[in-house]
Amino acid sequence: MDLVRPTLVQAAQMVLVLLLAPGLTGSVRKLKARLLGRQGPSIVQPYRDLWRLFRKSPVLAGNASWLFRVVPYLVFAFIWLATALVPTFCLGLPFGPWADLIAITAMIGTARFFLALSALDVGTSFGGIGASREVMIASLAEPAMLLVVFTLALVAGSTELSAITAFLLSPSAGLRVSMALALAALLLIALAENSRLPIDNPATHLELTMVHEAMILEYSGRHLALLEWAASLKLLLYFSLIGTIFVPWGLAKPGSSLTAYLAGGSFYLLKIGTGAIALAIFETGLAKMRLFRIPDFLGAALMLGLLATLLRFVSGSL
Amino acid sequence: MPDSSQAEFPAAPQAPSSGRDLPPSLAELLQQGTLVVSHRPWAQAVVDPVLWQRAGEGLAGGSSSLLALWGEPGGVHLAFWEASEGRAGVMTLRCPNGSFPSLGQLHPPALRLERAIRDLFGLQPEGSTDPRPWLDHGVWELRFPLGKSAPAVGPSPYVFLPVEGEELHQVPVGPVHAGIIEPGHFRFTAAGETVVRLEERLGYVHRGVEGLLVGAELERATKLAARVSGDTTAAYSFAFARAVEAAIGMEAPRLADWLRALCVEIERVANHLGDVGAICNDAAFARMQAFCAILRERLLRTADTCFGHRLMMDQIVPGGMRAAPPLDALRRLRELTGEIARALPEIQEVYDSTPSLQDRVVGTGVLSRELVNQYGCGGVIGRASGRLFDARRDLPYSPYPGLRFSIPVREEGDVDARVSLRIREIEQSLGLIQQIIDGLPEGPSFAPLPRKNVSPGEGVALVEGFRGDIFAWVRIDERGRVERCHLRDPSWFQWPLLEAAIYGNIIADFPLCNKSFNCSYAGHDL
Repeated sequence: MDLVRPTLVQAAQMVLVLLLAPGLTGSVRKLKARLLGRQGPSIVQPYRDLWRLFRKSPVLAGNASWLFRVVPYLVFAFIWLATALVPTFCLGLPFGPWADLIAITAMIGTARFFLALSALDVGTSFGGIGASREVMIASLAEPAMLLVVFTLALVAGSTELSAITAFLLSPSAGLRVSMALALAALLLIALAENSRLPIDNPATHLELTMVHEAMILEYSGRHLALLEWAASLKLLLYFSLIGTIFVPWGLAKPGSSLTAYLAGGSFYLLKIGTGAIALAIFETGLAKMRLFRIPDFLGAALMLGLLATLLRFVSGSL
Repeated sequence: MPDSSQAEFPAAPQAPSSGRDLPPSLAELLQQGTLVVSHRPWAQAVVDPVLWQRAGEGLAGGSSSLLALWGEPGGVHLAFWEASEGRAGVMTLRCPNGSFPSLGQLHPPALRLERAIRDLFGLQPEGSTDPRPWLDHGVWELRFPLGKSAPAVGPSPYVFLPVEGEELHQVPVGPVHAGIIEPGHFRFTAAGETVVRLEERLGYVHRGVEGLLVGAELERATKLAARVSGDTTAAYSFAFARAVEAAIGMEAPRLADWLRALCVEIERVANHLGDVGAICNDAAFARMQAFCAILRERLLRTADTCFGHRLMMDQIVPGGMRAAPPLDALRRLRELTGEIARALPEIQEVYDSTPSLQDRVVGTGVLSRELVNQYGCGGVIGRASGRLFDARRDLPYSPYPGLRFSIPVREEGDVDARVSLRIREIEQSLGLIQQIIDGLPEGPSFAPLPRKNVSPGEGVALVEGFRGDIFAWVRIDERGRVERCHLRDPSWFQWPLLEAAIYGNIIADFPLCNKSFNCSYAGHDL
């Protein structure tokens, strides 16, 4: 059995997501700026920012504990690993068997747990506000996410991503109402999880309205770079997840030629690009939600997920 | 649950203990004082402490609004506006003992003004309910720099008002903020996300403008007055120039008045456009800001071609205008106002038809009519809560009596009312700009000021800037220099009300409320 090539492909995927993530953030920013009639910063600006931040030494609060210093590495590792598990341009990755949707959800949840802890660590009020808001959002987003996972598991008979994708590519998949509901739920969750409008404003400078930004307000230097990078990776993760599950076409089969892999890569870029345009347009036409409306928003995601699961129970063909 | 009685804002003034039926009218009290002749154009009288106290009762009773309260080394002055008679006046109290009866104990809006007077001049407001410093944070080289100065004693901890209740937490915000904005400290006490009390601490941008103005040559003083608050520089220059002209007893040429009004109306449109966009942007609706910013930028560039400066700084000087704008630039300005007027319905349409935005602004940060009346709050903030006061209409000055415009007013007092009013005011100001350009009188735009044998005198002026009424008082000495000058920003009576407007809202809505007020830090801290 050839072990070299899948390992290489897996390594390529891990490097690809790492390199692609800041570009995605930059593209969404650029697109939003263009939609608003502004020139906007260059697409490569997030890379420059990361480079700048990595060369700066972090400034730590006097009362910061070891946790505060460790969390950026933990968060980055969890999110990177989770992103590496989602098939991007090909199937049959060696990590495939572990690419369990519940595991991915858990890794994202763990990263959030540690980030919220570190936000409380130095004891500033903004960290506390950010952490409490983030946990409030997560307490609603995570159950909704699990319901989406259940729906997919019921449809495909597995919580493993490559198995789900393989099933959806098979002729027996067909169009299903429960899948459409799951997609709607997942889109709402993705917005909440990535601190996008209307839940959180990624571009805000107003510390009192921040959620994610408030949690990382005390971070600087390479710590901040890691957290920013992790945030970009998470956005890419959700793009990849939605792309792999709901637009599963164009993925290279295991053991195919280099050309097939390249084609898979181009198709992946196309999916991500389309997603970025859709996100930018969506965000431009919307104001941020009042904080206490967020439960309604995520409640809708939860209900959609529940409905999808129930439909699947009621009728096997929906 | 928070103890709401602790959080009530602000403590209602105690009713005057004496059993008089009606609050005294300040205009009548003024007649009982010693009238001063060298003061123009409003009546000024020197009063005794008893009359001063009665004036405080009159203000508390609501018969008059407090326009300004300021000090100088030997006394304090009070400017008021009597709504029923449509008259304004100035009362002066000499303070040989370095103290004066506090008006703040009867009329809370005077509290911060009195704290500022004590910090700057060392005059003690007797009986004041708030002994804390306001502008002086203990980092100046001297205490009481404008009065009998004393060596500094260094910073002391600032005591915020106590709030008691279970599960309350404090959120200190500023003076350094995450964005690039002016510095101010906001101390929130919240029950979860709900604000139970907000207390402001200002004074971080105190530059000592009033001290710099003492003894300044007129040219330098004009420049200083133009720099009190950069975004409203034209209105400040207008107020200062009018006060100086009143003190000297001259009048600017007719053309100058029209051009000054033109500058102030351009400034109003530009700032309101910026505010409408910025308020929406604080609700993360960046589209509106992009739209408004383009219009504002085009207007500022046209102002640059007309007056040689985007913000029209230093264009309005005592005696007239620095220069008259070229005719073709004015023609371009008139065309642009037409374009902006045509774009306004679109702004209104986008604003009204975006449900996510409406959900944020309607019912947020409600300010009651009682409070705006008590504080004599001017500008959009007062008018959005039903206080119909506009210096251009109520204490009219040239050229406004000859121009057609209406003053829109709303009753709701929420963020939505303040945004909508700004859009309506833009409309009115565009109409004014067009009328001014079409009806510009002939003649010179500048009349030289007398350089020698100036008769010393005092002058006051009230000019409606985009934030509200800007008050200017100046005393000119016999050599034509500024002896003393006081400039009161409209924000003095708006900042305290922000504390009331945010009560019961959530912390996350504060930036939106704050932006809908858009008070000046620099103009207030002076």
